[in-house]
Amino acid sequence: MSKAKNKSNTKAKAKSKPKSKAKTKTTALDDVPFNNMVFPGEWHVRYNYSVGKVAGHFFEGLKERKILATKCTKSGMAYLPPRAYCERSFEACDSWVEAGQEGTIESATIVSAQFEGLPKPPYAIAYVRLDGVSTAMVNFVEGENLSDVRKAMAKMKPGTRVKVKFKAKPEGRITDFHYRLAR
Amino acid sequence: MAKQAVAVVGTGQTKFRSHHADKTYIELAQDAAKMALDDAGMVPDEIDAVVFSMSPTHFMGINDVDRYAIEHVWGAGKPFMRVHTGGATGGSAIQAGYFHIASGVYDTVLVVGADRVAETPDSQHVLNLIWDRFYEHDFALNTVTMTAMAAQRYMHKYGTTEEQFAKVVVRGRKNAMKNPTAHLKGDITVEDVLNSPEVSYPFKRFDICPRSSGGAAVVLTNLDVAKRKCNRPAFMTGVSSITHSIFMGDRQGYWSDTEFADQDAYNRAGHECYRQAGIVDPVRDVDVLELYDPFSTFQFPALESLGFCGRGAATAINEDGGWELDGGIVAVNPSGGTLCTNPIGVTGLVRAADAAKQIMGRAGEMQVKNAKRAIATAIGGSTQFFTVTALSDDHVS
Repeated sequence: MSKAKNKSNTKAKAKSKPKSKAKTKTTALDDVPFNNMVFPGEWHVRYNYSVGKVAGHFFEGLKERKILATKCTKSGMAYLPPRAYCERSFEACDSWVEAGQEGTIESATIVSAQFEGLPKPPYAIAYVRLDGVSTAMVNFVEGENLSDVRKAMAKMKPGTRVKVKFKAKPEGRITDFHYRLAR
Repeated sequence: MAKQAVAVVGTGQTKFRSHHADKTYIELAQDAAKMALDDAGMVPDEIDAVVFSMSPTHFMGINDVDRYAIEHVWGAGKPFMRVHTGGATGGSAIQAGYFHIASGVYDTVLVVGADRVAETPDSQHVLNLIWDRFYEHDFALNTVTMTAMAAQRYMHKYGTTEEQFAKVVVRGRKNAMKNPTAHLKGDITVEDVLNSPEVSYPFKRFDICPRSSGGAAVVLTNLDVAKRKCNRPAFMTGVSSITHSIFMGDRQGYWSDTEFADQDAYNRAGHECYRQAGIVDPVRDVDVLELYDPFSTFQFPALESLGFCGRGAATAINEDGGWELDGGIVAVNPSGGTLCTNPIGVTGLVRAADAAKQIMGRAGEMQVKNAKRAIATAIGGSTQFFTVTALSDDHVS
């Protein structure tokens, strides 16, 4: 609405222009200096994420040092992170199963650069398929000397066995545990 | 099947660099729209609908920026939609434009967008926000670390070395020297790549694309208009896409029905695209590829999954010059690809525009001789969205 109004105003002015003989000096659009102005800004947004029933049960399990997966009898798949529905059979997952606390690295990396808001490097992360589970779950791999990246990576190849290590007082968060190489 | 043939009849790209301090975001999108319309020999009134190509807007810092851009890309008074599939956005946007026309609903569509990824100091901080808050967000996932893990898995499977990946960067930067809009370009060596600062194994800084700012646009139209407006349109003869779950751990290991390391979705998406486009043997039938390769490790699995060679063979073929512009199996990324230029919201559109320019004979110094069929790809999200688009000099497949 306001745009249409402005337009008609401009038109009205343009029409009245020939009547007034006042000369206004005009500048070509490009004939102005470029002053390289930058305005700083920031976003701050707060959230409260509802966890839901399925994830809520998983996080309750962590408090007891249990990693709980959901299982679909039809496809035979057990999921971590737990899913309400099987992504293979499209049936509802029908039971909770406890995952093994050892597993196999599927992929890994060592991070050497500092990213804003992320941990201080170096650190290692890996997708690990825990025993009895069909899918891999990402977490930190701790307890390794990462000063020589390639030497450390040679110990984290896909197929490498790891074990789960819980922290002293689990709080029901995914950060309650991490992986360590099994030896 | 398409009710109408669809062709690219105009493309526009601004120069890509870290910052365009002389323009606002919407002015960049407008520049690209104007260039594409000029290239098509059209005015805004000839556009029936606009598809806006834009991924996360946190980089440039105005929420859902498509609405800010509407007037500047001449979308006011027309049907307008934004498409967002992360890094695949431009690939999905041009396919949305295709569906607009192929369905017979619209005749001529402008697909346009812009990005300025370096407006915020650390784009990976933003990219970390795409993962869920419950299970994955806390573990430093971002587009660098997720693809580093896919690369490590690929290296373990096929034995490709960091040095062999570095050669992809050297080739890309060399090709980009002929691309007037590329962000990074120049003669660099394998040692330069290997000696660049460590980021996330196996990536050093030069293995990773830049954070680019700039705009891109294409004008799509039907067969009748294309015949009138363009002496050599680039017909969109195949469009396909495959999408995955957010959880990358579902794509790894014995139970998985796809393979994280192999960019396996390209296999299915490629076959579907080839079927539509009448491509029987991609090696024989495709002249140019514009692959989405923001990391040095992307080309090899993509080439394999898209059927240009067997699994694990792309590395050795690269050593023999098989992906060079002249005399290879197929000309890969004459533009220098995503490794040299990554304005995320329009990267997939740039791939398609660069592929279309090859077919239209408007690729300038990048022009591959006798380019009749090209494929453009894009990938986005938590390695989730894969798009494959075929462009051809002939609408009869």
